[in-house]
Amino acid sequence: MSLRTRRMVRGLALFSALALGATACGGSDDDASDRKEVSAADIDAALDKGGTVTVWAWEPTLKQVAADFEKAHPKVEIDLVNAGTNSEQYKALDNAVSAKKGVPDVAQIEYYALGQYSLTKGVSDLSRFGADKLSDQYSPGPWNAVTDGDGVYALPMDSGPMALFYNKKVFDKYGIEVPATWDEYVEAARKLHKADPKAYITNDIGEAGATTSLLWQAGSRPYQVDGTKVKIDFTDKGAKEYTDTWQKLLDEKLVAPINSWTDEWYQGLGDGTIATLSTGAWMPANFVSGVKNASGDWRVAPLPQWNAGEEAGAENGGSALALPELGRNKELAYAFVEYANSGEGVKTRLEGGAFPATTEDLNSSEFQNTEFPYFGGQKANEIFADSAAHVADDWSYLPYQVYANSIFNDTVGKAYVSGTRLTEGLKAWQDASVKYGEEQGFTVEQ
Amino acid sequence: MGPFAAVFALVFLAPIAYSIYLSLFRDQLIGGTTFVGLDNYTQAFQDDKFWASVGRVSLFLVVQVPIMLGIALLVALALDSGRLYGRDFFRISIFLPYAVPAVVATLMWGFMYGTRFGLLGDVNDAFGVSLPDPLSPDLVLASIGNIVTWEFVGYNMLIFYSALRVIPHSLYEAAEIDGAGQFRVIAAIKLPAIRGALVIATIFSIIGSFQLFNEPSILRNLARNAITTSYTPNYYTYSLSFSGQQHNYSATVAIIMGLITMVIAYVVQLRGMRKGA
Repeated sequence: MSLRTRRMVRGLALFSALALGATACGGSDDDASDRKEVSAADIDAALDKGGTVTVWAWEPTLKQVAADFEKAHPKVEIDLVNAGTNSEQYKALDNAVSAKKGVPDVAQIEYYALGQYSLTKGVSDLSRFGADKLSDQYSPGPWNAVTDGDGVYALPMDSGPMALFYNKKVFDKYGIEVPATWDEYVEAARKLHKADPKAYITNDIGEAGATTSLLWQAGSRPYQVDGTKVKIDFTDKGAKEYTDTWQKLLDEKLVAPINSWTDEWYQGLGDGTIATLSTGAWMPANFVSGVKNASGDWRVAPLPQWNAGEEAGAENGGSALALPELGRNKELAYAFVEYANSGEGVKTRLEGGAFPATTEDLNSSEFQNTEFPYFGGQKANEIFADSAAHVADDWSYLPYQVYANSIFNDTVGKAYVSGTRLTEGLKAWQDASVKYGEEQGFTVEQ
Repeated sequence: MGPFAAVFALVFLAPIAYSIYLSLFRDQLIGGTTFVGLDNYTQAFQDDKFWASVGRVSLFLVVQVPIMLGIALLVALALDSGRLYGRDFFRISIFLPYAVPAVVATLMWGFMYGTRFGLLGDVNDAFGVSLPDPLSPDLVLASIGNIVTWEFVGYNMLIFYSALRVIPHSLYEAAEIDGAGQFRVIAAIKLPAIRGALVIATIFSIIGSFQLFNEPSILRNLARNAITTSYTPNYYTYSLSFSGQQHNYSATVAIIMGLITMVIAYVVQLRGMRKGA
């Protein structure tokens, strides 16, 4: 063997070693050691023993909850980490899971994203901790979102029944009535924009979450999910009602092309450029902190209806706390989640401005009678609670909604910046979602 | 030789080998990881999104690179002519944008491009005109080209300028004795002398165009509907990997794109050198 060949062989050996190492990483080690029932006594024992629980969440009210929990259980340490907001955190979580390293013990996951994790068993079924017995505590919408069959994959943290936030000062100035239907909403949009060409009824540059929520309210059910069988169809009656109405707003350029959560957006909410927002009941805290100068200008009204006289509601946003399957200290982690989302922590979070998913709190007179100084003393929670009660609970998101939402602007977004119609955009979104579903091994029907 | 081979294998060969290895598998939400042979490559060759992104950066390449290198060459010749007052000041000023990080540069230009809140919006308001929106789907590629040109003219200028400075002065003196004018000097002496630098700059620019990522990914925050998640091949691999969890397919696309870039850069180098012979 010449020196040269020996070198080549050595190089090859190194290669193979690397490749083998990679294979080992890719292999699956499915040790289903802890599937047994966990009783309350087991959890108490774990709490007495102590340990650390790593929590990935961006919900601000959890900070106080974690402090209180540590006080109640001195041996337990809650390590609260903000690993990014929504999709950024999911990326971090997915990366940690594929690396099988640095996976948190508790993760905040929004309702629309949970399906992917429950389906792939990326998060633990909490029914073995007794979570299935908590079903009566929660509103049907959020509870439906965290369950799949008999499994309970997270405990609902908050909810976002939708309402119409409107700038009363602007409405009064131009003599515009609060719209009760979406047709009236379009009329209001025309009247407002004509009276002040710089003012718009709302901002919209194409946002998947907003669109799916309005479809939900319109009675459209674009996604049907049964395990690994998925049906995607954006052509039902509800979807048509939505596209017919929204297309008018786009065609007549009645919505401001402003991105939500930007400085320009907060400014627009403050100075009357953006006159309404149709969004979840978690919004008030953001008004108070982000749009201080418009305090007293805004009010809350029920979400406009697709058909006069109906009372259809929908959810927008909202999230739950789940236990990633690869996390550690399951008993402690569950104890914290239950404390935060079902136990005493709920009160703490409500005081911090969160919107509950628990029916007892939603219906309590104390909650409903709260006056919001920001909304001119209006008892806004009455409207939110009423909206929560009218949310249809048969909506489902795709088991890969995070990905689907990431390509929303590639497809539906075209309707906002070119001659593409909304219906064509939704069809393109449907096709792309079907294609991805098939590539990922789902049985997809259109 | 031993330590060098080890580092070389680990740093250069291993990542490529691992990408090739990854590209032979497919990881699905349902069904897990399976060996699929060359299926990912078949899929990539039929992937409209991928080829649309390749087409986009190719268009970028044939339009933006000649403009950028042309400007850089003109500036380098002007600086070298010795007739420019304040030469060092111009040289530094033109090079300065290259020192600005691409992310910052893009953000800065993004604010200028804004028709509602940016410089363009102010111009529209001040003169009562409505200039076309640089962030609209039809114009956004040109707007990116403008940013990239601004960033890299100085860098390329410096390459050309350094090459021009090493031309022996005796050649110019000889040309003067022969009665050659400035343009004759440029065509007969300067350009042939810096051919190597021109080829190098062209190859760098080709690679840069195919690797376009920072500018579209930052501008996307301002123009989500105009810049898709598969806008450039690099951005497409990023989206596949981080939004779609399609690491294997992402590796495949990356390898194909790497090969395309290598082939084109190699062809340009061969052509450049052949002319030089």
